[in-house]
Amino acid sequence: MQVKEYKPLIVAFCCNWCSYAGADLAGNNRLSYPADVKIIRVPCSCRVNPMFVLRAFQRGADGVIICGCHPGDCHYTSGNYYTRRRMALLFSMLDYLGIERDRTRLEWVSAAEGAKFAATMNDFVEKVTALGENKRLEDLRCKK
Amino acid sequence: MQRIGVFVCWCGSNIAATVDVKAVAEALKSEPGVVYSADYQYMCSQAGQDLIKEAVKEHNLTGIVVCSCSPRMHEATFRKTAAAAGLNPYMVEIANIREQCSWVHKDIPSGTEKAIILGKAAVAKVNLNTPLTPGESPVTKRALVIGGGIAGIQTALDIADAGFPVDIVEKNPTIGGKMAQLDKTFPTLDCAACILTPKMVDVAQNDKIRIFSYSEVSEIKGFVGNFDVTIRKKARYVKEDVCTGCGLCVEKCPQKKIPNEFNLGMDNRSAIYIPFAQAVPKVATIDAEACTMLKKGKCGLCSKVCTAGAIDYKQQDELISEKYGAIVVATGFNPISMEKFDEYAYSQSKDVITSLEFERLTNAAGPTAGKLLRPSDLKHPHTIVFVQCVGSRCASCAEKGKEYCSKICCMYTAKHAMLTRDKYPDTDVYVFYIDVRTPGKNFDEFYRRAVEEYGVHYIKGMVGKVTPEGDKLKVRASDLLNNKQLNIDADLVVLAAAIEPDKSARPLATMLTASMDTNDFFTEAHPKLRPVESPTAGVFLSGACQGPKDIPETVSQAGAAASKVIGLLAKDKLTGNPCVASSDELMCNGCSSCERVCPYGAISYIDKEFRMPDRTVAIRRVASVNPAVCQGCGACTVACPSGAMDLRGFASGQIMAEVDAICK
Ligand SMILES: Cc1cc2nc3c(=O)[nH]c(=O)nc-3n(C[C@H](O)[C@H](O)[C@H](O)COP(=O)(O)OP(=O)(O)OC[C@H]3O[C@@H](n4cnc5c(N)ncnc54)[C@H](O)[C@@H]3O)c2cc1C
Ligand code: SF4
Ligand code: SF4
Ligand code: FES
Repeated sequence: MQVKEYKPLIVAFCCNWCSYAGADLAGNNRLSYPADVKIIRVPCSCRVNPMFVLRAFQRGADGVIICGCHPGDCHYTSGNYYTRRRMALLFSMLDYLGIERDRTRLEWVSAAEGAKFAATMNDFVEKVTALGENKRLEDLRCKK
Repeated sequence: MQRIGVFVCWCGSNIAATVDVKAVAEALKSEPGVVYSADYQYMCSQAGQDLIKEAVKEHNLTGIVVCSCSPRMHEATFRKTAAAAGLNPYMVEIANIREQCSWVHKDIPSGTEKAIILGKAAVAKVNLNTPLTPGESPVTKRALVIGGGIAGIQTALDIADAGFPVDIVEKNPTIGGKMAQLDKTFPTLDCAACILTPKMVDVAQNDKIRIFSYSEVSEIKGFVGNFDVTIRKKARYVKEDVCTGCGLCVEKCPQKKIPNEFNLGMDNRSAIYIPFAQAVPKVATIDAEACTMLKKGKCGLCSKVCTAGAIDYKQQDELISEKYGAIVVATGFNPISMEKFDEYAYSQSKDVITSLEFERLTNAAGPTAGKLLRPSDLKHPHTIVFVQCVGSRCASCAEKGKEYCSKICCMYTAKHAMLTRDKYPDTDVYVFYIDVRTPGKNFDEFYRRAVEEYGVHYIKGMVGKVTPEGDKLKVRASDLLNNKQLNIDADLVVLAAAIEPDKSARPLATMLTASMDTNDFFTEAHPKLRPVESPTAGVFLSGACQGPKDIPETVSQAGAAASKVIGLLAKDKLTGNPCVASSDELMCNGCSSCERVCPYGAISYIDKEFRMPDRTVAIRRVASVNPAVCQGCGACTVACPSGAMDLRGFASGQIMAEVDAICK
């Protein structure tokens, strides 16, 4: 019997100025990472409303990662500091609700760090794969 | 419902090698709103763009999704294409299936599957796109420079040179700033007055530049391109346009015992005074607190001797309102107070002085006419101890000093030591330092000359205590390299005091909604890429108000700030970024959460009338975003607890739709 290989569903929010550019650089350098990662572009990491993360889990995402500029480098000077505080709170609340810490991540990736972007994604996918499918917050009514 | 066209690019084989482009175009055909779908070898080519334009016309498209390379590459291209086809350029979304798909994934099935999902997300977003129009605002072609030190002077001259009118507001009776008080300047040792005063004269003679001296900014409203500023011209009791600067009044004034701030209190001036011979404007000012006429209604001598009739004891502060397109902050710095540094006996002995006082003591126009004499007994000092880093780099003494390096002290101390040895070879000169930091063109060479050619004793270590004893100053210090305690009998001790921003900078920053760091230096919009702009649009930074700086650095920053101002004033209209925040007035509860997180001060509050169901009218405070100032970061949208604040182009609904499409 052939078992279908488990493929996690990963949503990545990337800020336009650093991390999205970092992801592009990973592409330019042909540094591969699993196709499970789907990127959504936001102007700044601080645009990511905790609601978006909850929504992703509700719709069946297995992991959510947010990438922004390094502290001090945010295009809008302070956006990523807000993100850091907001996500610290959200991730620990999610952990409490049963969404393990390895399913959520905040990472600083600069526009020059294509290699870091690919490595981060490889590592994240590996960790989420190890945890397997996420059922905790999934709202089955959303699935037809 | 939108009518969306999907255009899948092969990018030669860049995309087509790992993504089945035809399958992508086919799969997206059945997405909601999609009425047309096509693939082509090079969408960005002329032929590809024509294909898009024709499809828009033929299928009455209202939205476009291009599955191609990164939006950072060609978003602008395809927006132009849309505009050329009569569509609003913001009805275009790009699915990045090259950098973030075909180039990073190896096998065709998973690459194709991902490309389809990215395409679906883009379609879901475009379904919610609305046409956006960048706001336009006119530009007042006049600049305001606050602070008339070398930074403000240089910025004003450069802006005026490009043909734009500039006003300088200087709180002191004359422009010139700290540089006017200096004697010679490192690293070339040219005299400060010789290079500064011609520039001050240029400012005075330039018909594009107005100087508001003895004035302060009292109110700033508006935003980039359209600032409304109120300037308070303090009463100087002398008619500026009448005074010839002859100085007769100064000579005759009987009140002669007022500490002279230009010489840092080391000599006296009269109640009516001109700060120094080359002051600009060269106009007398009456010190209201010292003048007997203004205090007691008696005297009036200056008015009697002034042949021009310039004295006006009834003069009042005057408020001037003016419009500006750009504002440059050039408020400079001051040495910190030495009062808390008792260990150096600054307040106990007249012969313990700061470096700025040393500049005045060696300056030909200073209190000793340039002769280096001790302030207490006017004798020539034979042993001089310089102490560096007094209050700088002092993490452990934050209550009295500063944590940062003041940057200029190493160089000016080397200058002072060298000049002393040059003029008075019989003096012994010691410099105590933590580190000698002399990066900069010809700077290290300069310091080496002080040590090697002029025989200055540089000693690594700090001075622990200075005790006045008889006519000597007993200096106890450690010599770290030789692990020794030193006792030196000095005649003069010179403290290189840390520097800090002007005290007026903080209230000014509040007026400008410009941000500052914890040390009250103005922060730049980006520390590397936008070093002369404040995060507040239309506000620029020049000189030491942004951080400790020497004159070469100040002048280059001043020129850079001017070029940014010229770029702004050269525009007739400002076209904004339409992807800005806006709040739904019905949902907003006026809580101020958004205002607090906005790094640009783009949010203010207005009182809005609402018609209630019972026909009464209620007035509520609601948030209002100034689109000319908002940079579109989105911080406010997340801070808003009532869901009233949203970001155009990256609306919550649009991002949720993308999440949904990806997770389906
Ligand atoms: C002892 C000493 C020696 C130095 N020697 C050298 C040297 O040899 N070589 C060298 O390159 N550099 C030297 N420097 C550094 C030099 O003085 C500075 O780089 C330079 O003065 C900075 O210019 P600025 O215009 O930014 O500031 P400032 O010179 O401080 O000018 C700021 C001006 O703004 C005005 N102002 C402040 N607040 C307001 C307000 N709210 N409204 C209106 N006006 C306001 C002030 O009155 C002042 O006129 C020395 C500094 C010191 C302390
Ligand atoms: S989007 Fe950013 S810049 Fe614009 S109003 Fe909100 S916080 Fe301020
Ligand atoms: S945070 Fe929201 S509710 Fe509060 S003032 Fe801003 S827009 Fe209004
Ligand atoms: S722009 Fe990258 S985190 Fe703010």
